[in-house]
Amino acid sequence: MACATSFECVNVIATESLSKRFPRVTALDRLTMDIGPGVTGLVGANGAGKSTLIKILLGLSPASEGRAAVLGLDVADPASGPAIRERVGYMPEHDCLPPDVSATEFVVHMARMSGLPPTAARERTADTLRHVGLYEERYRPIGGYSTGMKQRVKLAQALVHDPQLVFLDEPTNGLDPVGRDDMLGLIRRVHTDFGISVLVTSHLLGELERTCDHVVVIDGGKLLRSSSTSDFTQSTATLAIEVTDTDAHPDGTRALRDAFAERGIETHTGGELPGAGHTVLVTAQGDETYDMVRDVVADLGLGLVRMEQRRHHIAEVFRPADGQREQQLAAVAAQQTGGPSDAR
Amino acid sequence: MPAENMPAENMSAEPASTRHTPAQDTPAQPTPAQPTPAQPTLTQRPPAQPMAAQSTPADRASTRIHNIGYRHYDGPRLGRAYARRSLFAQSLRGAYGLGRSAKSKVLPMLLFVVMCVPALIIVAVAVATKAHSLPLDYTRYAILLQAVIGLYVAAQAPQAVSRDLRFKSIPLYFSRPIERVDYVVAKFAAMTSALFILTAAPLIVLYVGSLLAKLDFGEQTKGFAQGLVSVALLSLLFAGIGLVVSAVTPRRGFGIAAVIAVLTISYGAVSTVQAIAHVRDGASAVPWLGLFSPITLIDGVQTAFLGATSSFPGADGPSTGQGVVYLLVVLALIVGSYGLLMRRYRKVGL
Repeated sequence: MACATSFECVNVIATESLSKRFPRVTALDRLTMDIGPGVTGLVGANGAGKSTLIKILLGLSPASEGRAAVLGLDVADPASGPAIRERVGYMPEHDCLPPDVSATEFVVHMARMSGLPPTAARERTADTLRHVGLYEERYRPIGGYSTGMKQRVKLAQALVHDPQLVFLDEPTNGLDPVGRDDMLGLIRRVHTDFGISVLVTSHLLGELERTCDHVVVIDGGKLLRSSSTSDFTQSTATLAIEVTDTDAHPDGTRALRDAFAERGIETHTGGELPGAGHTVLVTAQGDETYDMVRDVVADLGLGLVRMEQRRHHIAEVFRPADGQREQQLAAVAAQQTGGPSDAR
Repeated sequence: MPAENMPAENMSAEPASTRHTPAQDTPAQPTPAQPTPAQPTLTQRPPAQPMAAQSTPADRASTRIHNIGYRHYDGPRLGRAYARRSLFAQSLRGAYGLGRSAKSKVLPMLLFVVMCVPALIIVAVAVATKAHSLPLDYTRYAILLQAVIGLYVAAQAPQAVSRDLRFKSIPLYFSRPIERVDYVVAKFAAMTSALFILTAAPLIVLYVGSLLAKLDFGEQTKGFAQGLVSVALLSLLFAGIGLVVSAVTPRRGFGIAAVIAVLTISYGAVSTVQAIAHVRDGASAVPWLGLFSPITLIDGVQTAFLGATSSFPGADGPSTGQGVVYLLVVLALIVGSYGLLMRRYRKVGL
């Protein structure tokens, strides 16, 4: 299918003054946005219109006005509804699993509902459950699963038909911090390893910053902000490095710090955070920094325990109170663009 | 693109022994916590992780990395009609507990046996005694065993619909190519087929038995055909009523009770009132009273059109004129239940 306009082609999701009005509430108010491939976070308070937007994008609920396209297909066109839903996965916010069947049986059934032939449905189910981290327990009834395992089954059923795009509605709901991190890591992998674009909703901005390439903030059905995560955080991206001690270097952290200093690279300590004494912070300046860290650590013969990007949380960017939010956002954005030199 | 990923892989290959256990799920991605420096932002989908990790020189014997990366699905997607058929098959099997726990097989299978045993006995007696006719019409069989059919509907109709409502699985269906009409049609057809199997199986036993007993072929075939039409109608009607009643409530227990009330208790009530009317003022009101319970409706239709003898008091079935009313009511109920189901599922879409 040739695409006439960018509205139809370039973006995974595109909306143009999309509105949804219920008799008493306006759930979406002239929302215009473009979402490209990658992991996109859709952030808003409860009732901000996130679920309404997903319903419209799935072609299940007509918009009051405006238009929307998913994967280049117009959602208002009745013929494209099934076509969109064949190429899209959806993980609902609420519990949706029957407790009396096993994860395997359930996901196979859902794969067939997506149009996969029986054999393919079984193969894809086994693959997908393994990818989301369910092993032997997948043969047991879902009723006995922990919340984290149930969330994985819900994710698996959204991925089993190998969609091009998945909508994940509050996937971290009800998870403990570790489960939350696992789920966010899994979501990241859905894009990096599986090549599937993701639209993930949350009311917590902080947890999306590690996961998303792009964040869209809506409030009261209006678009508050849509920008790349790196816009907020790139300028302050630091690498946290942790290394082991060896016989040659009884204090590996110090040795590393010295080695960096020799090369004229500035390091910071981890501040007052727990375990900060064993963490070396380096400002990341692209891929060379990673190579350099690797070389330095290898030269010293140390073991690299951890190397992760540490960013300022975008939550800080969005935190201001309702009234002044937009002004402050503008101010913060201005600071960000002018700010890199200060951060270094 | 692979060149871009190289640093990340080399880096993590060294500390792999501290980070990876062989049991870890996706060793394909070297360190899950570590973001890849530059994410590919291509319009086309980036390829699944190649089998690179296995061939890295740093991959030592102590750290076996199984790289079975994500594989895309390029096979056929069979669309709506296939999904509808699959849902039908799954629901039909489910109505007999197939593909479900052993516990849920017990009741439907037991009821199926209970439906067939009397037919087997009748046939055995007919063959043994070399009878000239079966002691029972084909059309009469379902009416006599209506309590068993009612029990089956009460047990299986809530299972067919209220599970999806109760566990809120409906949105998972409607976020797929299948639509509301497909869901309703598949569930309705599955329930009807399950009931038809339940009610037609004993008729087949009777028919085969009557042929073995060398009864008149033409007469038996005609009776058998009339019986099949009658139970087909009964299956549609009972399935419709059973599904509508159980789709109202996500609670299975309420569904069972409500279905029993509508099917069986209404029959008891109508029969009682008919008997009283028969004794008190003769015949006139009896046929009209039969309109108020599903089983008497079927009885009336088959009395008027399918050569059955009525089980109404005094064998006082409806005339042909009244029979038309019966038939219209039955068809209206079937269409009405379909409409009500469609309405019900409009609300629970997502």
